[in-house]
Amino acid sequence: MRASLAAWVFAAPALLVLAVFFGLPVLAAALLSLTDFDLYALADPAHLRFVALDNYLALLRTPLFWKALGNTTYFVAVGVPLSIAVSLGAALLLNSPLARMRGLMRTALFAPVVTTLVAVAVIWRYLFHTGYGLVNWALGHLGIAPVDWLGDPRWAMPTIILFAAWKNFGYNMVIFLAGLQTIPQELYEAARIDGASRWRQFLHITLPQLGPVLLLVGVITVSGYFQLFAEPYVMTRGDPLQSTVSVLYYMFEEGFRWWNLGRASAVAFVLFLVILGVTALLLRAGRRRDLL
Amino acid sequence: MGSRWPTLLLCLLLCLVAGGCAREPDGQTIRFWAMGREAEVVSTLLREFEREHPGIRVELQQIPWTAAHEKLLTAFAADGLPDVCQLGNTWIAEFAALDALEPVQARVDASTVIDQDDYFPGIWATNRVDGVLRGVPWYVDTRLLFYRKDLLAEAGIEAPPRTWAEWERAMAAIVRAGPPGRHAVLLPVNEFEQPLSLALQTGEPLLREDEGRGNFRSPGFARALAFYARIFEQGWAPPVSETQISNVWDEFFRGSYAFYLSGPWNIREFRRRQPPALADAWGTMPLPGPDGPGAGIAGGTSLVLFRSSQRKDAAWRLVEFLSRPDIQQRFHAMIGNLPPRRSTWEHPGLAGDELARAFRDQLERVRPTPQVLEWERIAQEIRLATERVVRGGQPQRQAAAELDARVDAILEKRRWVRRQEQEAAR
Repeated sequence: MRASLAAWVFAAPALLVLAVFFGLPVLAAALLSLTDFDLYALADPAHLRFVALDNYLALLRTPLFWKALGNTTYFVAVGVPLSIAVSLGAALLLNSPLARMRGLMRTALFAPVVTTLVAVAVIWRYLFHTGYGLVNWALGHLGIAPVDWLGDPRWAMPTIILFAAWKNFGYNMVIFLAGLQTIPQELYEAARIDGASRWRQFLHITLPQLGPVLLLVGVITVSGYFQLFAEPYVMTRGDPLQSTVSVLYYMFEEGFRWWNLGRASAVAFVLFLVILGVTALLLRAGRRRDLL
Repeated sequence: MGSRWPTLLLCLLLCLVAGGCAREPDGQTIRFWAMGREAEVVSTLLREFEREHPGIRVELQQIPWTAAHEKLLTAFAADGLPDVCQLGNTWIAEFAALDALEPVQARVDASTVIDQDDYFPGIWATNRVDGVLRGVPWYVDTRLLFYRKDLLAEAGIEAPPRTWAEWERAMAAIVRAGPPGRHAVLLPVNEFEQPLSLALQTGEPLLREDEGRGNFRSPGFARALAFYARIFEQGWAPPVSETQISNVWDEFFRGSYAFYLSGPWNIREFRRRQPPALADAWGTMPLPGPDGPGAGIAGGTSLVLFRSSQRKDAAWRLVEFLSRPDIQQRFHAMIGNLPPRRSTWEHPGLAGDELARAFRDQLERVRPTPQVLEWERIAQEIRLATERVVRGGQPQRQAAAELDARVDAILEKRRWVRRQEQEAAR
């Protein structure tokens, strides 16, 4: 009894901060999502109405919301595997006994994570410019006609995926690197004696040993990628043809462009449920494989 | 140490009293928010304002257009609005509904600089919400036709068309006379201004029932939509967005189309890019209307005072300064925005400008859009509905009915608020 009281006292400051800066706003947003808070209500609180679940029902009938959900799913489905593969590849290269200047390389590869997103997004916009971008210039030398990377509905999302993968892979790379260093060398030694190729060593030692790390990285990356916002906000503003409108971008437009804060809060909760569902599935799959 | 406090307090009190009594706005700093390119250009004029009014300093904040709306609303919610601001005139209804804008009719009546009758009536009307004047127009933006004189002549069209019927004949002739692949007109389907301009021309109100419901199943809108759709059905215009055309100016000079429906900023762009051989081969013309020279949209921005401001008198001086014809003329010379006052247009620099003349002509006939705070969303819906007809092949009646339903849904809150207000008044 004494011990548990002491524990509560020690946890109290953190809990208090969580309650005030996380619990209360979430609760307020939940209540807000049940009202039609908008400009009229901002002008005069008497114009606020309780609408129960109408915001949620209206949302499910809004084509743009589904389009945004589709775009976001596309971004997650392609972006997460790509990002994890790149991170793992980079980590393997850095971990290789052949690697030179490991510290420098690690810093260089981690650098995109800590640079300001807006600044690099502007540079990427130059790189992918249709007329004088470096990418089209390089493709031109290979005889490929210029692509309107950010202006063509088919290419805008792939470009954003590429950008996000480049921007974020360093973070996961560091986690993978730590994971790789915990794998006992004896396992590789035994495999080599048995005559296993590099590829088989990777499949049967590295991957299973990294299992829990992969699961962790997967959950973090999925929940992060579902919250796609800054990239389309800076690079495309949701265009062309709304092909880069993500759920969060849609929420931002509803909330801060049209000031429908009730509807925007509902979007936030729907997105929360989606992320919760997907990560729960991931965790369950992980549990089945005894990764937890 | 302690003895100094009363003196300090007295000083402070004196300052307060002096500040409260001061008639002349002396030693004041007013905060002015301006947007986009206007903000960059206006700063040179502000230095001159400060020279004329030594007691007033202007603190200019430049806001990019893409962030302006959010920033203003957030500032309203946080009680951080500036004293005076450039406001897009489709936003006036919104900030009027928030009761954030100072009514300015009394100031206008007392002003020796701002003469209401000197302004184009359509643009002045955009600043009046529910009968209350909330701002003073700063510049106007209307859309009309840029056209290739040589291509029209080639097709046997002598005079620029003035009615929809004449325009149709001209478009048909241009496509017939031109090489394969030539279109008569470019109306980018990703912009709402084009269908909206045509819809305003019919004179039919866009909203009905105290602006509480859409009026898009009306004969007037049906006529405008039919005309707009026919341009695409006949192949006179390509059904593309602006982003799908890599360079609208080059394509214009290449002769891909003879008409381009656009705004005043393009005068400068076209001039800059014109090939020397085509220097005299293009011009501007007022938008043809259903039965004669037609109306156009009354876009642009206004100068407003915020109710929360403590320095309204000084801020109003700035509004007056920026509304002076000579200042407006210089502003136009710097940036190309169209001035809203007739007397500014009499200045030789503007009156002699061949390309601006069509705009001057059309400004007499510009019409305001409905003053409801939902207007921008409604304009987007109009665009989406016309795009569904042109690109998706939806029947026009169905598109109009769907548009009405969507707009009615958007305006539901407005109807409810109006009912509440009426009941409260009773």
